[in-house]
Amino acid sequence: MRPDSRNGSGERGSRCRRGRASRRRRRLAARYTLLTIGALVVLAPLYLTFVSSLLPPSALAERPPPLFPLDPQWHDYVIAWTQGDLGVYLRNSAIQTGIIVCGQLVTSVLAGYAFAFLRFPFKRALFVVFLATLMIPFEVTLVTNTQTISELGWYNTFAGLTVPFLATGVGTFLLRQAFLQIPRDLREAATLDGYGRLRFLLRIALPLARPALAALGVFSFLAAWNQYLWPLVVTGSGNGVRTVQIGLKLLQGTEVSRTDVALAGTVIAVLPLLVLLVVFQKQLVRSLTAGAVK
Amino acid sequence: MADVAFRGATKRFDRRPAVEHLDLEVADGELLVLLGPSGCGKTTALRMVAGLEEPDEGEIVIGGRVVNDVEPKDRDVAMVFQSYALYPHLNVERNIEFPLRRRGVDAQRRRQTVHEVAASLGLQELLARKPRELSGGQRQRVALARAIVRQPRAFLMDEPLSNLDAALRLQTRADIVALQARLGTTTLYVTHDQVEAMTMGHRIAVLDHGVLQQVGPPHALYDRPANLFVAKFLGSPGMNVLPATLEGTAAHVARVDGGHVPLGDDGVAASGQVASLAVGVRPEHLALSPSGTLEAKVLLVELLGADVHVLCQLGHQTKLVVRQDASAPRPAIGDGVRIAVARGSVHVFTGESGGRLGGPG
Repeated sequence: MRPDSRNGSGERGSRCRRGRASRRRRRLAARYTLLTIGALVVLAPLYLTFVSSLLPPSALAERPPPLFPLDPQWHDYVIAWTQGDLGVYLRNSAIQTGIIVCGQLVTSVLAGYAFAFLRFPFKRALFVVFLATLMIPFEVTLVTNTQTISELGWYNTFAGLTVPFLATGVGTFLLRQAFLQIPRDLREAATLDGYGRLRFLLRIALPLARPALAALGVFSFLAAWNQYLWPLVVTGSGNGVRTVQIGLKLLQGTEVSRTDVALAGTVIAVLPLLVLLVVFQKQLVRSLTAGAVK
Repeated sequence: MADVAFRGATKRFDRRPAVEHLDLEVADGELLVLLGPSGCGKTTALRMVAGLEEPDEGEIVIGGRVVNDVEPKDRDVAMVFQSYALYPHLNVERNIEFPLRRRGVDAQRRRQTVHEVAASLGLQELLARKPRELSGGQRQRVALARAIVRQPRAFLMDEPLSNLDAALRLQTRADIVALQARLGTTTLYVTHDQVEAMTMGHRIAVLDHGVLQQVGPPHALYDRPANLFVAKFLGSPGMNVLPATLEGTAAHVARVDGGHVPLGDDGVAASGQVASLAVGVRPEHLALSPSGTLEAKVLLVELLGADVHVLCQLGHQTKLVVRQDASAPRPAIGDGVRIAVARGSVHVFTGESGGRLGGPG
């Protein structure tokens, strides 16, 4: 090969590398722009709610609304907490959510295990029935459920708030899929090692299904915490078991019927969710992308 | 330690037999290899001993006791799985001690036993690691350690070497043989690899389509295969099998495509009773020689280091392999050659059932 031709190919290679690097930079820039826009769309309402909760009532009506509170009104939070009884509502929500999350985890683990590992008659048909429940909107069962709860005398009780949600088709499906990933050899090795079904579940299957469990826990928490319609229907006057979502609605109907206070209450109610999302974001993403890449 | 026996054991899946009327005894302290191709029922047989499959008919006996209705955990057997079946969330130490925890062994004793077993298998440095941080060979040793730690009455090994590379397989093969000899534990070892079977087993039981074909010491199966299946399955390459006709009623010569082969001094007197025959000759009993009785054409010459395999065609359809020393003159592809058959080395089988009619030994 002649030296000049070698130089020529070297320049071509260098140009090619530069071209590739520049294309990569452009793609990266486009990606970040899109992500930034997405983040703004998602975070802007949260930010505006937070800012508005710190504004004095007069500033709330300004157009465009101020984007930074120069004189933050922290006492709105105190009013929401004390006069709006948010502490009680939050406690009720925590109890209701705790019962529902624990219930769903337990029932989903047991049902998922049965569908994944046990042999019993009509297994496939039963699983289809489980999946079919996913197609029925909650609103369809509202009247029947309300009637049942009231006949059981569970109106305005935590039992009424939580029992209809203790089992979930999604959770069962999620855990079944996670258990099916466990190789049969592990089950058999544990059997030979003397571990029965329950011990295998507790010692082997559950630790291996931790990501699915965490994801189910987070989803259950979000769904239970954000419930509005059901708590509204099965709880009554007095704040004995009323949840924070109902409490927020009531904030507007009481003497503290002020938008800035209501917004402060909203921020307080959203805080546990934000903490949960930050702590469990890895599990959430993993569960959402599970099965996407083999 | 205990002897293990199958007595007419049959297992069917969807009415199709995986193991059929298996009668087999494994003596106390013996290493018996269950050998056969994929789907021959060898793993099913092993799983019946473990209690992971229930026989549809017959009995499984361990230590003189019928265990058909005994739970797997109460059979006191340890299994090493092809996939090793290590618990991924536990470190090596916890994996090894896992069976002991269930048996209520106290923590100090557990720790001592685990360390002893780990030391015997060279695993001391790896006790804190998770299975995903181990190589294939190390995982294999952990699986062995987990089996040993219980001091079971029998080991059941289901193709434990099949996921290892060739060099490691060779080493681990020797390790398992040495370990079994040291512990003296009755062992059933399942493999499809005839080299593994030949080198490891005190005896080999060959299975095909769920039916036991032959059982005996490796050299007996190699030298006197009971039928065509065993003849072709054992040996690498397997025995050459040629369709043949006998000349005369008490024949000393069999006519095959491309020539004839001598049948030894006793000959075979069965020509009148069988419609078709097959003769079998091991590749090492053939030689390229101008005085050979078979005429052939060379199709392929494979150099394997010390040996050379020469694939030849006899007549129109029959092919056979000749093994010769690498130092011998090598033919070229397409050459016409003559092949000599060593006297007394020809096995005779019926062409239909494949049963043995005569031959050396």
